[in-house]
Amino acid sequence: MATTSDAGDLRLAGLTKRFGAFTAVDDLTLTVPRGSFFALLGASGCGKTTTLRMVAGLEEPTAGHVWLGDRDITRLRPYQRPVNTVFQSYALFPHLDVFENVAFGLRRRKLRDIAPQVERMLSLVRLDGFARRRPAQLSGGQQQRVALARALINHPQVLLLDEPLGALDLKLRRQMQIELKRIQTDVGITFVHVTHDQEEAMTMADTVAVMNAGRIEQLGRPADLYDYPATAFVATFLGQSNLLAGEASGPSGGDVLVEAYGQRFAVPAGRARSARGRVFLGVRPEKLHLLPAASPVPSGHQSVTGVVSDSSYVGVSTQYLVRTAWGTELAVFAPNSGSEPPLAVGTQVCAHWSPAHAFVLERSPEEGDRTAPVLDTPDAVGVVP
Amino acid sequence: MTLLAGVGAGPRGQAVPPPPRRPGRRWLPYLLLLPGAAWLILFFAAPAVQLAATSLYDPGGSLTTGYAMTWAFGNYPDALRAYADQLFRSFGYAGLATLIGIVLGYPLAYAIAQKAGRWKNLLLVCVVAPMFTSFLVRTLAWKTILSDNGWAVGFLRDIGVLADDGRLLATSTAVVLGLTYNFLPFLVLPLYASLERLDGRLLEAASDLYASPVRAFVKVTLPLSMPGLVAGTLLFFIPAAGDYINAELLGTPNTYMVGNVIDSAFLVRLDYPQGAALSFLLMAVILAIVLVYLRRAGTDEVV
Repeated sequence: MATTSDAGDLRLAGLTKRFGAFTAVDDLTLTVPRGSFFALLGASGCGKTTTLRMVAGLEEPTAGHVWLGDRDITRLRPYQRPVNTVFQSYALFPHLDVFENVAFGLRRRKLRDIAPQVERMLSLVRLDGFARRRPAQLSGGQQQRVALARALINHPQVLLLDEPLGALDLKLRRQMQIELKRIQTDVGITFVHVTHDQEEAMTMADTVAVMNAGRIEQLGRPADLYDYPATAFVATFLGQSNLLAGEASGPSGGDVLVEAYGQRFAVPAGRARSARGRVFLGVRPEKLHLLPAASPVPSGHQSVTGVVSDSSYVGVSTQYLVRTAWGTELAVFAPNSGSEPPLAVGTQVCAHWSPAHAFVLERSPEEGDRTAPVLDTPDAVGVVP
Repeated sequence: MTLLAGVGAGPRGQAVPPPPRRPGRRWLPYLLLLPGAAWLILFFAAPAVQLAATSLYDPGGSLTTGYAMTWAFGNYPDALRAYADQLFRSFGYAGLATLIGIVLGYPLAYAIAQKAGRWKNLLLVCVVAPMFTSFLVRTLAWKTILSDNGWAVGFLRDIGVLADDGRLLATSTAVVLGLTYNFLPFLVLPLYASLERLDGRLLEAASDLYASPVRAFVKVTLPLSMPGLVAGTLLFFIPAAGDYINAELLGTPNTYMVGNVIDSAFLVRLDYPQGAALSFLLMAVILAIVLVYLRRAGTDEVV
């Protein structure tokens, strides 16, 4: 299975972990290119942390292999792997000061000239002057950076980050995201970042893998995942989507035709995951535009009509709910660019979109429309004020 | 003292004066101290002063003729000269028993704290259970266990550890074993308490940072359990050094410890000044050992 061309890539092959009858990670196969910033994104319990722990060696896989370059590290003990972890709880050693925490890995490997390396690493994470403090004397953000420095100083081939920003408040988290990205670019080490925060994954990672129930739902560049999700789960977990239940009647010219609620919609064939049978027609809320009901729809656009049932002003945009004739509420984000007047609740509107922004996904028989309530952005999850 | 100082003062570095407190409140901590302090003064400080005075009485006196206070500091070197063997033996036995106690107790405490799972409470009860019977009874039981025709001696003779006429009872081995057994719970319990608090994620972190299980133990588990280990060894060593029951029941006059000498000075020979002087010598040596130990162990959060 191993080839030497991808030296340094982290590859998981058929990786499986069962706890009793529960399958936490199910036959996972993926490659993390060397030097990339890779995010494993998923809700809690989806198996992302278990995957990370198997790479670190803290959990033994039930089946499958972990390759690092052409080396099978599946059976290596954690302390034998060129992999370091930034733990969710940080797990700093309370009896050692910052300097000794950071030097821990170097000392275990009996390296020389530790002091200058530690100093350099502390200044990389902007903690100069904190060397003699104990972890308990640091703020959450500072502890997080010590945890990062403690792992990074070993120049691991892969750095694993297990929700390292989860315990920080929103502002600090944004700041640390930028720092982490900067450091990753500076040191050029492969980062595998586990998170449930889709915005965090998208801001930081080159490649995002969305995990659900122990499997990868979709893997790719954040923009690709967002623009053209592969499944309804990805479409609703990564950002918000309006998914209308419909039936596709197959390709017609360069389009796929979808019939929903008595209307026909065309979607470019290149944006359809399924061309026939039960499908979702999906449009992102910011790709929907609102017009007063009587106004003409721009040529080439498709539309549904409805009534504004809710409007929330959130600064950069106004988020509307539009109730359609069949009762589904669509989410619409309108930028507050000042060019369009706000629409009052109760206004008859027409929501239109360019077919190039729509996408078609497979749908299981029992599923109806799926739209996200406006204010329940995934961003609000886990924010501790 | 810091506790008392903190009570009266408001948060430091604040310009706003603290709200006026009700008069009498500042006496509350002293009021709370009173019962315990009175108890200690009556039953510890006063007898200790009396004992100190006794240790300086004229050694020529007796209970019948009465003692005269002659500031006889010579009682101390005299007592030391006469019973140096027993004093050294006390610390030798207690030190050896403490070492055996650590070897037995650390794995036990570790297993109960980290590996026992749902058996944890049952195992803790097992550690404490011997305390439900009297110290004396437990030591007498060891007399039976170690007796010449008991199974222990028989087995050790069979496998050749003991000679055919070798014995355990009335040897220094028996005394050290008895001390180890009797004081082991005092070592295990504080050790258990600090190992129980040990965060398993720290060991994962150590392992992730290239520490083998042995290195992780030395660099993380051991230092973090140090407060418990120090407290446990002190609770073990101090009473063991002053013990006389084990030497009395399991040993011979050749294995007597300083406790036995003090016992006989007060109750048999009725040489009160010497008994008192030996008591203070014992206390002084223990204090010195504990201070050196605490400094070496480097924990400031023990007691």
